[in-house]
Amino acid sequence: MLYREAGQFKSTYAADAAILPIRQDRIGLALILVVAFVVIPLTATPYLFSAILIPCLILALAALGLNILTGYAGQLSLGTAAFMAVGAFASYNFLLRIPGIPLLLAFAGGGVMAAAVGILFGLPSLRIRGFYLAVATLAAQFFILWFLTKVGWVTNYNSSGVITARGMVIAGYAFDSPQEKYLLVLTIVTLLALAAKNMTRGNIGRQWMAIRDMDVAAEVIGIRPVRAKLLAFAVSSFYCGVAGALYAYAYLGTVEPEAYNLDLSFRILFMIIIGGIGTILGAFLGSAFIVVMPIVLTIVVHFLDDTLHLSVASSVASNVELMVFGGLIIFFLIVEPHGLARIWQITKEKLRLWPFPH
Amino acid sequence: MQPDPPLPTPTRRIGDVILSLEHISLAFGGVKALSDITFDVREHEVRAIIGPNGAGKSSMLNVINGVYRPQQGTITYRGRVRRGMDSHDVAVAGIARTFQNIALFKGMTVLDNIMTGRNLKMHASFIEQAIWIGRARREELAHRAKVEEIIDFLEIQHIRKTPVGRLPYGLQKRVELARALAAEPSLLLLDEPMAGMNVEEKQDMCRFILDVNEQYGTTIVLIEHDMGVVMDISDRVVVLDYGRKIGDGDPAAVRGSKAVIDAYLGVAH
Amino acid sequence: MISFFFEVLIGGLLSGVMYSLVALGFVLIYKASGVFNFAQGSLVFFAALTFVGLTEHGLSFGVALVATLAVMIVLGLLIERLVLRPLVNQPQISLFMATIGLSFFIEGLAQLLWGANVRGLELGIQDEPIKWLSDVAGINVSKFDLVAAGIAAVLVAGLGLFFSRTRIGRALRAVADDHQAALAVGIPLQQIWGIVWAVAGFVALVAGMLWGARNGVQFALTFVALKALPVLILGGFESIPGAIVGGLIIGATEKLAEVFLGPYVGGGIEGWFPYVLALLFLLVRPEGLFGEKIIRRI
Repeated sequence: MLYREAGQFKSTYAADAAILPIRQDRIGLALILVVAFVVIPLTATPYLFSAILIPCLILALAALGLNILTGYAGQLSLGTAAFMAVGAFASYNFLLRIPGIPLLLAFAGGGVMAAAVGILFGLPSLRIRGFYLAVATLAAQFFILWFLTKVGWVTNYNSSGVITARGMVIAGYAFDSPQEKYLLVLTIVTLLALAAKNMTRGNIGRQWMAIRDMDVAAEVIGIRPVRAKLLAFAVSSFYCGVAGALYAYAYLGTVEPEAYNLDLSFRILFMIIIGGIGTILGAFLGSAFIVVMPIVLTIVVHFLDDTLHLSVASSVASNVELMVFGGLIIFFLIVEPHGLARIWQITKEKLRLWPFPH
Repeated sequence: MQPDPPLPTPTRRIGDVILSLEHISLAFGGVKALSDITFDVREHEVRAIIGPNGAGKSSMLNVINGVYRPQQGTITYRGRVRRGMDSHDVAVAGIARTFQNIALFKGMTVLDNIMTGRNLKMHASFIEQAIWIGRARREELAHRAKVEEIIDFLEIQHIRKTPVGRLPYGLQKRVELARALAAEPSLLLLDEPMAGMNVEEKQDMCRFILDVNEQYGTTIVLIEHDMGVVMDISDRVVVLDYGRKIGDGDPAAVRGSKAVIDAYLGVAH
Repeated sequence: MISFFFEVLIGGLLSGVMYSLVALGFVLIYKASGVFNFAQGSLVFFAALTFVGLTEHGLSFGVALVATLAVMIVLGLLIERLVLRPLVNQPQISLFMATIGLSFFIEGLAQLLWGANVRGLELGIQDEPIKWLSDVAGINVSKFDLVAAGIAAVLVAGLGLFFSRTRIGRALRAVADDHQAALAVGIPLQQIWGIVWAVAGFVALVAGMLWGARNGVQFALTFVALKALPVLILGGFESIPGAIVGGLIIGATEKLAEVFLGPYVGGGIEGWFPYVLALLFLLVRPEGLFGEKIIRRI
């Protein structure tokens, strides 16, 4: 009843090709944007910003990057965190060595460096496919982290290995409070998400999906797999690089290699599996899920602890978290391989008919 | 009462040779798929390749469109002689094809699949596409219009937003034809376009193929098993058996050839 | 200097044997079901932890061994039933990701049940140099490593024979090739997969015990298991001898690189060297040393 499309006719291809062709969807998105940009900054607590919203947005950006590479272009990658690290350290070096460089330019530069490294480690994908490629990306993960730890120049010969990220300042305005950081991150992520949506709808997105689905046929119709694959690695790594820089500057406050370990790569992979491979929305849903889940678990464990007096050790919570993640991955792959995004799509389709059953 | 005068046959001007294959030999390891095959294709004609299973017909198409590289022989397309053609160059040269075991992109909708056929005509960079302004936007909409023409032509409007994987076999074959047509090819290679179809679907497909040939002037090379179809729509026929050419000429001549009858057609009892 | 080189080489080869044991488990499962079981490493970890946990609770060595073996077999059967069977028609990449999820699940379960402390595992074999070898040639080779190599050799020979000579082995190979065809010939698919996972569980137990005795049973064991991946790339995913050869090469080159190249670049090469080696190898020969070339027809 609420979600009827009836009466909404598209008379131009432009209207049909819009991101949100249905009016109710557009209203919904407008509402979300208002909540995100206006309501939340006014009402949320600093904890909410720092522990949930900001990491959720930043990791969603990284998940977007991985989704472009793995979901759309079909190149499995286990080295996401390493590309984030490249972005973080490159941004740090740009800020350090080019005095007066604008913050956003440094972040973009970090992304570009990550893209370059991404292309380098993407070259094997021209010969290798499937889980062989996954192992090759593991090489990237371990090698890059080793490099960033060992090569002194990168860390400016820092003896402790942990660099403090200086505050974010754009045009003289300092983004210090959680609220301000949140708004900055939100803006960057929203713009990049829009760009990703446009790319995946357009010709390059179709090229990526063609490579993913049947690359021999793609070649026959004139798509160059080499170019498309390397571009996928480049764009994906750019997104991960920017996410990495934001991770350091807007979330952790430090620039250190250990933050970008294999575990983070797996978490981001889990995000896109649970959220929905090959969708833009999936990156956000998955990120929200993975960021919020440990917090929910901790609350549940504490609750059980208090009410049932089980005196549960903290390690139990983290182990249960591992089991829940693992179990959920398997559950989603069995029940809904296309993840939360598909569940959302099905819900919308049911909403179209509501209150009628069919 | 006088019988109606015969309808004038549409005069397609069959032109000069545009594709020439000479002494093509292809082997996989020890298996010889093609041995010393020579034939040509004239512009605007419908050329059929027939023969028993395993004769090398699909391999022949694969050689023409650059998927396989023959060990011997040359291919001449529009005057350019080469040993084997790179897939990408073939596509640029205006050759498109469909596959025996449907090679559609299962994860995409019908519309997107056909749009991929327009890939070579799209020039906007990925950054322009990311921002969705100017050239990227105009190209996308212009090519969408063109693709819609093809969708109309092949009568698949009702399924344009359906993911291809969900379509029945016959419709998938039609979508594959649409994707090939989207490239506006001058030479169209069809690998068993009517396999697995019932009589009605076959008639539709024949009609589409003939329309494509007459309206757009596209040269067509097709592999087909249904003799009725072959005799009806093709101008000339090549017959392969065990990788060798055993017949080449117009349908009537081929049908009467002893070698072809022994190998493939059989004798009416 | 030369003797030092040999010492490092032999040490590397022997640690390579350990990698091979983990890789063996991968190969078994892949050979029989086409599933790339990312969780093999965590199965090794789980086996080792269960064994140690049981002995700590007072069971004798022998009883704990049998009990752990039973647990591993049951675990294997459960995995086949609950995770793989529902996913049987999905593309390989989904199965692979399911095993990634499985590995997390098993790691969490193992630590939940037995705690996360590092444990020692006593097998009764001392990790000390063989006396006559060090006296005569000046090379130190650990007794323990040699015994481990011997056990691995026996295991490999046994498994190799099992696959090629027995009826069940033949059935396993048929299943790996083509599920539908195997079903059509009357091979009981579910039973076969159950057997495979049970055997893989057994291999995981052996690997777990040897690794645990050498390095202590700790979470880092799962990272060791990741090293089995380059082993598989070198040796191919379907070859039992390949797993051994691959393991030896990885073990040897890893140690040699660390000792001889490491000092020039600040050390720590071991962490990535096998992967980069595998990567370079893949560029030249995408199917591995023993793998079969894949020809794709369209």
